[in-house]
Amino acid sequence: MTIINFTPLSAFTGGILIGFAAFLFFVFNGRMAGISSIAANSVLEKDNKIDNILFLIGLILGPVIFSIFGGQIESKLTNSILLVVIAGLLVGVGTKIGSGCTSGHGICGISRISIRSIIATISFLITGILTVLLFGVQ
Amino acid sequence: MTKISSLIAGLIFGLGLTISQMVNPEKVLGFLNLFGEWDPSLIFVMAGGIITFSPLYFIFKNKSKPIFAKHFITPSSNEIDKKLIIGSSLFGIGWGLVGLCPGPAVSSLAFLNTNSFIFVFFMFTGFILGNFALKKA
Repeated sequence: MTIINFTPLSAFTGGILIGFAAFLFFVFNGRMAGISSIAANSVLEKDNKIDNILFLIGLILGPVIFSIFGGQIESKLTNSILLVVIAGLLVGVGTKIGSGCTSGHGICGISRISIRSIIATISFLITGILTVLLFGVQ
Repeated sequence: MTKISSLIAGLIFGLGLTISQMVNPEKVLGFLNLFGEWDPSLIFVMAGGIITFSPLYFIFKNKSKPIFAKHFITPSSNEIDKKLIIGSSLFGIGWGLVGLCPGPAVSSLAFLNTNSFIFVFFMFTGFILGNFALKKA
């Protein structure tokens, strides 16, 4: 194992903002900022539909505002359409059946000291790491 | 009012994902590449999020109601079941294949990259299929 591209300061700063956003959503809306649930509920549920859609619009505006203020953003996604289709389906089905993703289980759930979320986080970390081990970085 | 706070929370969340570079799948795959050239940054994102949210959650969770909404909606299930583990494991495989999870996937639509749109379209298809599977089960 060699360590590369390590950016602890920007990672931690971004993490604080994510935690603060989760706090705002909790204290104002009374809800957990689990993005897979917010996204799924925006199409599957009638309750809070507009709230959910506006949260997703906010997520898209994040990088836009950042670049308006001069921030540089790098983003490199695989060119393989097949891989993107399979991964998208797995992420959608998996987070729906498993009731959460990196934000819902990984940040909000662990913050609440939910054993369920800790188990979920360990599960997706293990399969994520194994997938990269088997298929390499795409 | 819940609409305004939703938009603002989403925006700050999106800024956090951008500043921490989690909107870059390459960075996320670098973290999952534990046995290769490893980029530990993602741990610091999670740590920053948990250190910030956890104490605030415990301070405010006993309030009678949220500021704008009528009541708190927090997950009540404590059950560690097959659905949790199978679902989370499938999610991890998808995450490891391309380096996108739901938050960064939505934020990355801002880059107008065709493959981001395809990913998000199939992620929503997955939500609908998963929901259908849960109702059948």
